[in-house]
Amino acid sequence: MYFPISEEEKMIQMMVAQFADREVAPGAAARDESGEFPRELVAKMAQLGLCGMMVPPAYGGSGVGAVAYALAVMEVSRACASTAVTMCVTNLSCEPLLAFGTEEQKKRLLAPVASGKILGAFALTEPEAGSNLTEISCRAEKKGGRYLLRGTKVFITNGAYAGLTLVLARTGEGNRGLTAFAVEKGLPGFKVGREIHKMGLRASNTVEILLEDCEVPEANRLGGEGEGLRAVTNALYSGRIGIAAQATGLLQACLDEATKYARERRQFKRPLSGHQAIQWMIAEIATGLESARLLTLSAAALKQRGEPFAREASMAKLFASETLIRSAYQALQIHGGYGYTREFPIERIYRDARVTTIYEGTSEVQKMVIARETLRET
Amino acid sequence: MKIGVLMKQVPDTETKIRIKDDASGIVVDGIKWVMNPYDEYAVEEALRIKEKKAGSTVTIISMGPKRSVETIRTGLAMGADSGILIDDPALEGADCYATAKALAKVMEPENFDLILCGKQAIDDDSAQVPQMVAEFLGMPQAMVIDKLVVSDDGKKATCYRRIEGGAKEVLEVDLPAIVAAEKGLNEPRYASLPGIMKAKSKPFKEINLGALGLKAEEVGAKGAKLKVKKYFLPAEKAPGKIIPGEPEDAARALVKMLREEAKVV
Ligand SMILES: Cc1cc2nc3c(=O)[nH]c(=O)nc-3n(C[C@H](O)[C@H](O)[C@H](O)COP(=O)(O)OP(=O)(O)OC[C@H]3O[C@@H](n4cnc5c(N)ncnc54)[C@H](O)[C@@H]3O)c2cc1C
Ligand SMILES: Cc1cc2nc3c(=O)[nH]c(=O)nc-3n(C[C@H](O)[C@H](O)[C@H](O)COP(=O)(O)OP(=O)(O)OC[C@H]3O[C@@H](n4cnc5c(N)ncnc54)[C@H](O)[C@@H]3O)c2cc1C
Repeated sequence: MYFPISEEEKMIQMMVAQFADREVAPGAAARDESGEFPRELVAKMAQLGLCGMMVPPAYGGSGVGAVAYALAVMEVSRACASTAVTMCVTNLSCEPLLAFGTEEQKKRLLAPVASGKILGAFALTEPEAGSNLTEISCRAEKKGGRYLLRGTKVFITNGAYAGLTLVLARTGEGNRGLTAFAVEKGLPGFKVGREIHKMGLRASNTVEILLEDCEVPEANRLGGEGEGLRAVTNALYSGRIGIAAQATGLLQACLDEATKYARERRQFKRPLSGHQAIQWMIAEIATGLESARLLTLSAAALKQRGEPFAREASMAKLFASETLIRSAYQALQIHGGYGYTREFPIERIYRDARVTTIYEGTSEVQKMVIARETLRET
Repeated sequence: MKIGVLMKQVPDTETKIRIKDDASGIVVDGIKWVMNPYDEYAVEEALRIKEKKAGSTVTIISMGPKRSVETIRTGLAMGADSGILIDDPALEGADCYATAKALAKVMEPENFDLILCGKQAIDDDSAQVPQMVAEFLGMPQAMVIDKLVVSDDGKKATCYRRIEGGAKEVLEVDLPAIVAAEKGLNEPRYASLPGIMKAKSKPFKEINLGALGLKAEEVGAKGAKLKVKKYFLPAEKAPGKIIPGEPEDAARALVKMLREEAKVV
């Protein structure tokens, strides 16, 4: 693959790759089995500056660009996709704060997340509002110097462990009636509900958040009333780069596991890798990986240069995740019956992969975005 | 304290080594280059001493081709203060003796209080450069050290090494000295992202032979006391066999195979 990266980006990639091999990969199977949230591992990642990667150092972040971010997510995801999503979401939660926060909010609310002191979460989804965020019904009612938030958020990654959760709630009707709030853990009325029992990403934390007249100071409102959708939209676009990178990392894992197994396993007096049927699958996985990586890095480079990137981020996310589903199927197929057991990492990879076409906007939603941007008359 | 760390860039341990057609060396295309793992311990130890002793500095010194800059930068990103690379086409083919001579020469004017390095580089596994550098600089040496304690006044170092039977040997050296790290000395840190972003702005200089006051005859292939005649890979081993089943049955099967197939028992 040819994609020019800077010396720093290469160093970051190499460092995270080493960290992933030494610290993230070894416990991945055990964490998947137990479903335990890896607090210590996340703390180590925070120390390295992986939690607020794109936030300027003045607000506690590492001040790197989206390309370095994508490269880092790929390496972590290759080792453990659960850890990768934990990292993605905390990075993601920084973006609206950076874009819409006042100087005071950046110091008080953003810096602790960006520096990794606390984890961040991003709470948009509700039982009745998934793909269509404009159907959000969580209410925010202004009372004196505070807002009272009332409603239920579901599928909130990092929810139980986050020190700060960004919440999108309704202060009025329609698309312009949504407002973003930075809700600190411990505010009265903020409750962590039940944990979602998931098919994959089992070492990531996904919970319901119950807002029972949760009292949020006005000082924690991001931007003005009604600016909520605008405050989170860019973060959503950039979140797609994160998930495209997560899928790309998993694609790499598929290729690594498939080639390793195909070289070792012998049937019909040859290694599996000697059979053309297997070779073709390997070729397809490898080509998918190369393409996904390029699309993802290209979208990241656009963002880094300050150019529009929504369409490209959606394309990268759509392509990487859908390609991953097919590749995980093939990589598991190459493992035969052994791929269907917990003895081989491909079984976990296969389960972890599945969600990538769903969260951060389903494939169908990505197509809506791509079509809208493509059909738009200029 | 002024600490120097000798560092070599080597192929990643996962690299599948290929030999050039003319057997004169290994094929370097596509190799991922990393810091010699034993040197990582040396860098880490230097940084820990620096963190304890205010005003200390850590300088990374490497001899190698241009690409070694990247690995020096990794050391700077971990927290070292400056880097020096000796790079000269004439150094191609240098052996341990020539390498040690060049390294000693570049370090002489630096007046380090302590020089740390790895016990060996995992590419050629020679394990000779540190000792030779010590000789050239007239310093005491402590090799294969897995614990290091520098005295409060910075005048002495107590070095521990494992010896046969799990026993420990304790050495005390006057500083300046050269200490070569063994696995277990510490757990090297990763370069943090902010560290990586700062690395490029740290002082770094590249030195060629002319600037060092050395001649190619002294330190290059011509000055080498050792000539590599050819490289070859070990013969491929037949794949191992895994005997499945319960331990008892597997053991029985193993004995049967040793008797009937291998005919060794
Ligand atoms: C593991 C996990 C972690 C998550 N983390 C977070 C988080 O941290 N924060 C957060 O806010 N949310 C999170 N989510 C929620 C996620 O973003 C939603 O699941 C996703 O947006 C889809 O919404 P939904 O599940 O309600 O599906 P629905 O919107 O009900 O969609 C169901 C199906 O219908 C399709 N569909 C819907 N509308 C259309 C249309 N107009 N045309 C064609 N097809 C359509 C969809 O593509 C999908 O296939 C997470 C989800 C999971 C599984
Ligand atoms: C849940 C489960 C229950 C099972 N129950 C039973 C049971 O009750 N009884 C029983 O006897 N077995 C059972 N099996 C074993 C099952 O039949 C085998 O897993 C299956 O036959 C495949 O063999 P394998 O796993 O050794 O894969 P392999 O034969 O090693 O195949 C690995 C991959 O290589 C491909 N491949 C192999 N040879 C070639 C070739 N020449 N050309 C192209 N591709 C090739 C395969 O299609 C596959 O994709 C079970 C397996 C599972 C997972």
